[in-house]
Amino acid sequence: MPEIEVVEDIMSVNDRLAAQIQGQMDAAGVLGLNVMASPGGGKTSITRRTIEALKDEVRVGYMDGDVVEIDAQHIARLGVPTTLINTGGDCHLDANKVNLALPRMDLSAIDLLVVENVGNLICPAAWRIGAHLNVVIASVPEGSDKPYKYPAMFRGAHVLILNKIDLLPYIDFDLDYFRHGIEVLNPGLEFFPVSAKTGEGFDAWLDWLRAQVAVKKAAVSA
Amino acid sequence: MHEMGITQNLLNIALDHAQRADAVRINSLTIVVGELSSIVDDSVQFYWDFVSQGTIAEKAQLKFKRIPATMRCAGCGQTAPLDRQTYTCPVCGGSSLTVASGDEFFLESIDVDLADSSPVPGSKETSHARD
Repeated sequence: MPEIEVVEDIMSVNDRLAAQIQGQMDAAGVLGLNVMASPGGGKTSITRRTIEALKDEVRVGYMDGDVVEIDAQHIARLGVPTTLINTGGDCHLDANKVNLALPRMDLSAIDLLVVENVGNLICPAAWRIGAHLNVVIASVPEGSDKPYKYPAMFRGAHVLILNKIDLLPYIDFDLDYFRHGIEVLNPGLEFFPVSAKTGEGFDAWLDWLRAQVAVKKAAVSA
Repeated sequence: MHEMGITQNLLNIALDHAQRADAVRINSLTIVVGELSSIVDDSVQFYWDFVSQGTIAEKAQLKFKRIPATMRCAGCGQTAPLDRQTYTCPVCGGSSLTVASGDEFFLESIDVDLADSSPVPGSKETSHARD
């Protein structure tokens, strides 16, 4: 009974397809965001506010991994191209689902593709979808222990948004404990505390995002 | 429930390597799972019997090697288990840590039976599979 050494990442098939998707976006000069959060963390609210602020200077496309079109309709009203990736109740997006939806999005007509993942802090962490940046949103009412409970999600993040900071005076949220968890799991992670309701903190996030979009565009025209 | 898709990937990788080795049966798989990966090995086991049905990996045993989450402390230089509640160093109490292990998730090896008959000379199929 011979033992065959394999040593292959179990996500490799998905990851190879994700790399292809990223290659398509690179070629078109499009920056891809994979937006992940718990249900109700503010994925759609932050996306909406971000698009409203940037839509005159950045051409945005939006893909929504969901079972109903509620979020996609909210975003479509902003006049940006949207498409629903019907997850049929699945707990996460994967590269295959995004790849199937990609032909419905004209990459030559956008600079930024926002993919809103399924509301879940566990499953989406394991699956790359071809986006350049994993944007994780945590929110104040969820509590400050999220980095301790869902380490994989925070380790894989490229940027972290803490939403609903307007609620900090009303909720026992230990910001130091939260930040410590992030610092251990993901040292130097970009961190933007914001309120999608009041707009507080958005300037810093938008400036950072503008710069990322510009870098991606410059890379293709160079 | 993302383990369903993961288990399918696991099966595909195992079958691919088994085929390349001309194996006729997969007896067991050794899977390395870090404590910080978001993988529940019981769920993988649960889906395994279903996805492996009708393949040469049917009824293969899944062996999980669990890798604990560990940290390295910048204060005292020690490597120790990660305290999941506080993320502080259990040796010196320091809070400047980096994660040293726990993210692992890969198929390490498979135990197989090889075809005991020697390849039929000139068999196109056999020579192809050994490429």
